[in-house]
Amino acid sequence: MPEVLIVAEHADSHVSKPAFELLTLARRLGDPVAVVFGESDDAVAKALGEYGATRVLAVADPAIDDYLVAPKVEALAQIAEHLKPVAILLTSTPEGKEIAGRLAVKLGSGLITDATDIVADGTTTQSVFAGNWTVTASVTHGAPIVTVKPNAVTPEAASTEPATEQVQVTISEAAKTARIVNSEPKKSSGRPELTEAAVVVSGGRGTGGDFTTVEELADVLGGAVGASRAAVDAGWYPYAYQIGQTGKTVSPQLYIAAGISGAIQHRAGMQTSKAIVAVNKDAEAPIFALADLGIVGDLHKVLPRVIEEIKKRKG
Amino acid sequence: MKIVVLAKHVPDATGERSFAADGTVDRASSDGLLSELDEYAVEQALQIADERDDVEVVVMTLGPEDAADAIKRALQMGASAGVHIVDDAVHGSDALATSAIMAEAIKKAAPDLVICGMASTDGTMGVIPAMIAERLGWPAATLGATLSLADDRVRIRRDDDVASFTIEASLPAIVSVTDQSGEARYPSMKGILAAKKKPVETWALADLGLDTTSVGLGAAWSKVVQTIPRPPKEPGRVVQEDDGASALIDFLAAGKYL
Repeated sequence: MPEVLIVAEHADSHVSKPAFELLTLARRLGDPVAVVFGESDDAVAKALGEYGATRVLAVADPAIDDYLVAPKVEALAQIAEHLKPVAILLTSTPEGKEIAGRLAVKLGSGLITDATDIVADGTTTQSVFAGNWTVTASVTHGAPIVTVKPNAVTPEAASTEPATEQVQVTISEAAKTARIVNSEPKKSSGRPELTEAAVVVSGGRGTGGDFTTVEELADVLGGAVGASRAAVDAGWYPYAYQIGQTGKTVSPQLYIAAGISGAIQHRAGMQTSKAIVAVNKDAEAPIFALADLGIVGDLHKVLPRVIEEIKKRKG
Repeated sequence: MKIVVLAKHVPDATGERSFAADGTVDRASSDGLLSELDEYAVEQALQIADERDDVEVVVMTLGPEDAADAIKRALQMGASAGVHIVDDAVHGSDALATSAIMAEAIKKAAPDLVICGMASTDGTMGVIPAMIAERLGWPAATLGATLSLADDRVRIRRDDDVASFTIEASLPAIVSVTDQSGEARYPSMKGILAAKKKPVETWALADLGLDTTSVGLGAAWSKVVQTIPRPPKEPGRVVQEDDGASALIDFLAAGKYL
């Protein structure tokens, strides 16, 4: 079988769910080989093996933590030149896309970003123009480099037992020019990752700045909290939770939009959700055109009653 | 100091956007404008120019005749000059060809700093600044929520889900800024009048030493197979406030969320 390179993100021995999604897609194209950057351990290899990674290549070089993007690109290019993979898959994070773009230049490969699916012949699916169009495309030159949206496919287990292989790479001085001089970790919300959550409850202008009910509803449903650009611009909720064209794209099983009008900028980030509920005082709000259930009313009146009822049922 | 701002002319995102028969973005059927996300890049360049008295801000665009409107808007905001790269051969270029053209154009303009938006509002790939940096071998400090310049070093704050990073690079460098970097200014009446007298150069691929067969739809390393409009959504159920809570509970129960 030909080999397919995937980049698996992980932290503290915990492999991120999108890595399992990449492995699931990669298996359609060949034998998945996972690259992990930084410190790796047996737990990482074991987790990747559970989703079909046949090999785990660990790259630890201080330059990877000290400089932005470019060292990872050099490392992947060196691995790819040696391995000759039939495709390279990465997760569609801002960094994943930058790595993919630079790698395409370095390796002379065609590039497709933000795929939601890929089939055995390499044809990809993308959702474009704020989710209003579906595009299928394929790479015609070089080994395809494809970034895949998180949550686009369901990870499927396929047990293998890969060993971790330490890979030595040479990072040039040219890749050490955008220096990371400081990093401040953010504190965790304790809720599921926004792009991975099955349920997302989002608040907008209609919250009036009070996200308490939005957070409570998310918590009783085990979901993540999102925010519209208007709410973020108003300083009511951090940018990391912004859903829309310039924030996160989510595609959960259930999306609840509370006090969000549904401007195109927002729809671009949530239109492909499986089920959509909207609560908004304005009956004319464009969000209602997308909603499977629309509630014309004040979220501060409707949602507390819902939260109370859910708590009651859960005992 | 010379700053080049890369700006893209895109179909208005609030209108109906669609594809032409060849699978490229249909630019004829809807109004175009300067990509909103590039306005943030223009703004950051102008803020640097406001603080120093030696700054020339050149706005550069790649696109057909209409794309001149994007340059015009940036000049009205306060940019000093424009460069319009226009060549029939460019139509249908992929990100690889686009980045190759822009890299050559930047070499020709020889700026100290290139500022880009975080992505275009039509293609939304967000890869061009990184790909240009790869081609030029320049430092890339991308996705800045803030941007500052001191002692010929550029500094940005880049946020991701787990941390907030400070990135530094020496000039010449390429940076991109997000929509968190600060509201873009509106052109003043004075700016609109002044823009009419500002120089705009037009460059063809030959001016950049590029072969027309190396770009365009035919030379693209990926191809669109099919474009399919999303089917209109079936209208959902709509209830009023008083029935809202029970309707939502029923909906959640039916979806097994409770």
